[in-house]
Amino acid sequence: MSDQFVLETRGLVKEFKGFVAVDDVNLKIQDGHIHALIGPNGAGKTTVFNLLTKFLTPTRGQILFRGDDITAMKSAAIARKGVVRSFQISAVFPHMTALENIRVALQSFEGTSFSFWKSGTSLNKLNDRCMELLDSVGLAEFANTTTVELAYGRKRALELATTLAMEPKLLLLDEPTQGMGGEDVDRVVELVKKAAEGRTVLMVEHNLSVVSRLCDRITVLAQGSVLTEGDYQSVSADPRVREVYMGTANDKAAKAQTTATQETVE
Amino acid sequence: MNQPVNQTEIKRAILEQQTADARKKMILNGVLLAILLVAPFVMYPVFLMKILCFALFAVAFNLLFGFTGLLSFGHAAFLAAGGYTTGYLLSNFPGLTTEMGIVAGTLVATLLGLAFAVLSIRRQGIYFAMVTLALSQLVFFFFVQSEFTGGEDGMHGIPRGQLFGVVNLESNLNMYYFVLAVFIACYILVQRIVSSPYGQVLRSIKQNEARAVSLGYNVNRYKMLAFVISAALAGLAGSMKSVVFQLASLNDAHWHMSGEVILMTLVGGMGTLLGPVVGATFVVNIEYQLSQGPLRDWVDFILGGIFILTVLAFRSGIVGEIQKFMKKNLG
Repeated sequence: MSDQFVLETRGLVKEFKGFVAVDDVNLKIQDGHIHALIGPNGAGKTTVFNLLTKFLTPTRGQILFRGDDITAMKSAAIARKGVVRSFQISAVFPHMTALENIRVALQSFEGTSFSFWKSGTSLNKLNDRCMELLDSVGLAEFANTTTVELAYGRKRALELATTLAMEPKLLLLDEPTQGMGGEDVDRVVELVKKAAEGRTVLMVEHNLSVVSRLCDRITVLAQGSVLTEGDYQSVSADPRVREVYMGTANDKAAKAQTTATQETVE
Repeated sequence: MNQPVNQTEIKRAILEQQTADARKKMILNGVLLAILLVAPFVMYPVFLMKILCFALFAVAFNLLFGFTGLLSFGHAAFLAAGGYTTGYLLSNFPGLTTEMGIVAGTLVATLLGLAFAVLSIRRQGIYFAMVTLALSQLVFFFFVQSEFTGGEDGMHGIPRGQLFGVVNLESNLNMYYFVLAVFIACYILVQRIVSSPYGQVLRSIKQNEARAVSLGYNVNRYKMLAFVISAALAGLAGSMKSVVFQLASLNDAHWHMSGEVILMTLVGGMGTLLGPVVGATFVVNIEYQLSQGPLRDWVDFILGGIFILTVLAFRSGIVGEIQKFMKKNLG
């Protein structure tokens, strides 16, 4: 039964002292889907991400990747298994060039990462693959540019390319369009679409227009637990979803409704 | 994606830059080597050896601090462990040749480094610094209480002996070239480590640890190796120092020494290869010059002032500032 699901959580709970951040979440991510995790601030979306990648340890519950229990595995091991995440704030290595950023990711498959006696030029053989990946996100011309000097949107693109270098089977994207203007958002949507070919994506996203354009399935979280799940049509029509986004649905909120479906809800 | 990019050209440019950088490094190394080779004919060799020992200590420390991003506040323990071990062995076992004593001292420091690393490496930031400080204080009290170290009096009259049983190290010039050879070997080793595949992982850990984890790196293991190599080289510096001065004392184990190596690294330029060497030269010289003059009681005060000035105004240190200046003005 769990075969068709790339990732499954069973009764996932994370309690902080006196506060339940994630409450009995059962996720089922289908193979090949782009699955969105949405919900208002503080709903526990990023916490779920941190649990899935073991940046936090779940209080209770199970995480299954392709039917294997990975609940007890360490972050680095999970990444090597093919569950690779990006971060909400662009996670790059600022004082390395764009090419070096990607090379560090590729290098983890080389088995020479502890070879402190080896020359750095032994990594040059990875440069071709780095250039391909950079080109796929439109950054080839910045290969030799130090990352701090790149514009924000480009840093995010670089981050995505670095994540893709890991050949993830399941890609976890934490708000890939956060803090971006219209044009950049369009570009990221295209990139994610391309990246999703042949793999499964789970993304946290605030921008509902992005969600509607990309995602096959949507899970709505509110106060740590799953409110509802379904495709964009059914979820966006659900009155409870509107309610958690805008408080009790009357007066002011009603006016905001139409715009809220298009705009970023912070 | 908008305009066609010539990938082959970019790749070639990257390779060319690598060769150019390597050439620059070679030239710099060559100049440095030439200066160090003739230095003992211009300056007092023992003073130069003191600089080299501290430079090696700072280079070792910088591998951890500047290139891995871990601030250890306990590196004095490794310096002293190397010094005492070598001193004890050479004083009590006349059959040993000098290099054996030095190797043994380095090994003890390496093992001590491993123990420190196991206990501290999971901690972050200030907690890591505090754990290393606490451990080095333990080591300090062990050395104070132990009889073989001579306690407060220190260990005197350590014989320099014969290198490989043939070269007489009582001669300052012989001793100097031996210290220089070891220093250069270690310097090249660190240079190699920093640019190796392993060094790339260290860089990434320093710049964004969470990201390195998410790329599948078990960062604690990488940090641990850096810590152990750093401790080993610090121990080697201590071993050499005890042979040069024929003395091992509690000064080397005191937390003050852990602070001094931080100062050297910061003043010279953390995260640069040459920085700690320049910093050690600078600090040792200042201490010496001041101790000769009327300001001899103000040494710590003045060094403290330099420390504050560096942290506030010249955070990249002497070498770092020069590099920035060159980049700005010479492309």
